[in-house]
Amino acid sequence: MKERQVELEVLRYNPETDREPRFQRYSITCREEWVVLDALNHVKETVDPTLSYRWSCHMAVCGSCGMMIDGEPKLACKTFLRDYPGVIRVEPLAHFPIERDLVTVIDDFMAKLARVKPYLIPKEPAPADGSEYLQTPAELKKFKQFTLCINCMLCYAACPEYGLIPTYIGPAAIALAHRYNQDSRDGGRAIRQEEIAATEGVWECSFVGACSEVCPEHVDPAGAIQQVKIKSTVDWYKKHLMPWTKE
Amino acid sequence: MSGKPYVRAMTSEWIVRHPRYMRYMVREFSCLFIGGWTLLLVWGLKQLANGPVAWTAFLEALKSPASIVFHVLALGFALYHSVTWFNLTPKALPMQRGEEFVPDRVIAGAHFVVWGLLSIAILVLAGAF
Repeated sequence: MKERQVELEVLRYNPETDREPRFQRYSITCREEWVVLDALNHVKETVDPTLSYRWSCHMAVCGSCGMMIDGEPKLACKTFLRDYPGVIRVEPLAHFPIERDLVTVIDDFMAKLARVKPYLIPKEPAPADGSEYLQTPAELKKFKQFTLCINCMLCYAACPEYGLIPTYIGPAAIALAHRYNQDSRDGGRAIRQEEIAATEGVWECSFVGACSEVCPEHVDPAGAIQQVKIKSTVDWYKKHLMPWTKE
Repeated sequence: MSGKPYVRAMTSEWIVRHPRYMRYMVREFSCLFIGGWTLLLVWGLKQLANGPVAWTAFLEALKSPASIVFHVLALGFALYHSVTWFNLTPKALPMQRGEEFVPDRVIAGAHFVVWGLLSIAILVLAGAF
């Protein structure tokens, strides 16, 4: 079994003893096929049990292990050590407060997610006979891409607008709002528009596009945001130039 | 929450963190040249309104080395802005035909074709051919 010597430089922060974070170097022997998360687990099990980080599924589904790896937002569970020749610098996700070591405070994202009501608000009552809401494959395909979001927050760490303007609702929350707005069964667009069509919504986005580039599930939040901008602009013109039309 | 989370200040270092941010800043920066060229155009119209002497002086000023350097830079930035912008149009304007989405290259390509046709039309109107 092929092995490799890996140098990890991990940002550490203990809120009980540290005034500010500091880097700690770990030199470990890893297997060739390991990902960064395997290396962190190895450190925790054999070298330093105090190292804190979030993880759960180890298969890019739970979205817990997002962190900055050599300055890029990545899922530690799908970032291979072999792709990094030198010292690998591991930091908590950018733009979020650090709770401890690689663990960030995600309350801001959770609150924003709740604000956009990322769930189905039925347009019509459920069929009286108890059958399902029907949807064609084309109607499903219209929004399916946006259902793949795993709330890993890499897009927030990549977005300079979110870093500079923390009140910005941000890529994932808007993409999820758009996902339900695009759903033929949903009737909640007007309610969500109050959040996402506002200044702190899509209009804070200047289309850097980094959110879509770093998304591990290829959701394309940048696309969702631009589509919401266009629809919101059409809404505005309709409201002011054609007030007799129904919203 | 621990009650003592550490907030890292964001510095301007983000611009050089990845080439994508530098490309973005170049696109933003292009507005200075495009805006400058637009002001020059308005100034030229004013000189035209001021009569033949002012207009000739304006045309002479355009031939100066500084003006030529500015125009080359402005053209470069305008092309960069336009090309990168049209390449992003499929994200903003996805089109679904039946079940499938129209390929990105068709949407971006349509923009390039219209851009080319309009440019030719303007050159024809300007008597370039």
